[in-house]
Amino acid sequence: MDDVAAWFLALYKTTGIKLTIFYDSYDRGRFLLGLVTTLKLSAYCLVLSLVFGALVAMLQGSRLALVRRAASGFVDLFRNTPPLVQLYFFYFALGPLLPRVGGVPPLGSFGWAVVSLTLLETAFAAEIYRAGVEAVPKAMVEAAAALGYSRLQIYRRVVLPLALRVTMPAMTNNLVNLVKTTTLAYAIAVPELVYMSAQVWSEQVNVPEMMVVLLVCYVAIVGIINQFMQWLEVRLRVPGFGQ
Amino acid sequence: MRVLSNRAGIALIAVFVASLALAQAAAPPERPSVLALLIKWTPLLAYGFLFNLLISFFAMAIGTLAGFALGIARISPRAALSGPSWIVVQFFRNAPWLVLLFFVMYLLPFQFTVGRTTVPFPDWIKATLGLALPIMANVAEIVRGAVQSIPTAQWDAARSLAFSRRETLWKIILPQCVKRMLPPWMNWYAILTMATTLASIVGVSEVMTITLRITNAESRTDLLIPIYSYVLLWFFLYCYPISRWTRRLEARYEMR
Repeated sequence: MDDVAAWFLALYKTTGIKLTIFYDSYDRGRFLLGLVTTLKLSAYCLVLSLVFGALVAMLQGSRLALVRRAASGFVDLFRNTPPLVQLYFFYFALGPLLPRVGGVPPLGSFGWAVVSLTLLETAFAAEIYRAGVEAVPKAMVEAAAALGYSRLQIYRRVVLPLALRVTMPAMTNNLVNLVKTTTLAYAIAVPELVYMSAQVWSEQVNVPEMMVVLLVCYVAIVGIINQFMQWLEVRLRVPGFGQ
Repeated sequence: MRVLSNRAGIALIAVFVASLALAQAAAPPERPSVLALLIKWTPLLAYGFLFNLLISFFAMAIGTLAGFALGIARISPRAALSGPSWIVVQFFRNAPWLVLLFFVMYLLPFQFTVGRTTVPFPDWIKATLGLALPIMANVAEIVRGAVQSIPTAQWDAARSLAFSRRETLWKIILPQCVKRMLPPWMNWYAILTMATTLASIVGVSEVMTITLRITNAESRTDLLIPIYSYVLLWFFLYCYPISRWTRRLEARYEMR
């Protein structure tokens, strides 16, 4: 670690390339906090949106027309309005209305970012699930019914396992988009990667260097996600289905 | 084809009207009503929204032209052309829009000096360029996908009729691609229009910046939900028809 720090310090002294995050412990701490916050935000929103997305997709297939319409309305609403305005709506318009618990607002900027991004991603995930469920051949569902499976059993044991595999590429895309969208949380001062980097560059005046670091970070995260999902897709492949 | 329905729009209008009515009822009589405030600020908001549209038009035009060239380079048989363009596409597709926007905002100068004349380079043009970059990469992918979706037999057939590669591409393959490229291209336009609000983060005075300024100037908590749902509604009314139309085109082309 010391060698790395020394190398980057030497780099600064000889070339003027100022990457303080590698040798200044305060800047490094800030940067790592940003990285961890971005990953945490992405992880929370991912898990929540997968759960709620499945729920909304189920509601979209409900027998009650009103429930179906409400679910589709939710999806259309969040997909066709700017994510940034949604975030502002939750944080600036809805946030102050919530009753304070013991003198403090119940949700901070991080909390509101989770809420807003989760709802946005839920809308996208619901559409993906729906497409996946529709892609399961009807004959398979009928065959399962003929074998005496109940509706829930068919959903759990036949439709869902196949639908999940069909949706993998779209889910990968969605996850990548989610990580990219977490940058919006910058606007409401969530200490995520862009926000912390902006703090570093405004103090150290090393905008170009930090920009490159930022871009490399995001491209690396996205690359890792893509690789992992590709591996998972191959691992879970059902022979003869979906090719 | 599904009937064109506006459930989400109705929901949004309901939120808007309900919050407006509540605010209207709760407002003390000595202050101007929320409705009056909204009407007062509508021209300014409209001006801001037009600016968003302007940015979206230019960014789409630049992104499409550059992306088209990049997409053609991407499918080139020459590795020296297809390799680097692959890297460019991957990079700009995977980088967050906001980071690209910061990149362009901070690293381009605010004016150019050509000879003796100084050409100013205003913020909104820089923002337009920043938003055009991811559009470029995605349009390149659309072009590549569309060209690859044309059966290879057509290339072979054109070759046997003595068409050169360039002629085959421009006269046979690309004309067929236009139809396939249109729906995803429109989809990206809708995404871009929504992304133009990002310009407010880097200081361009578009509709979001103006909204924040209005709420600061009025400092009325009862104005917050009406004005934000108002702005959401504007975007929805612009983007939702595009997305419906996209889906319809997709459905229509899939049939053939």
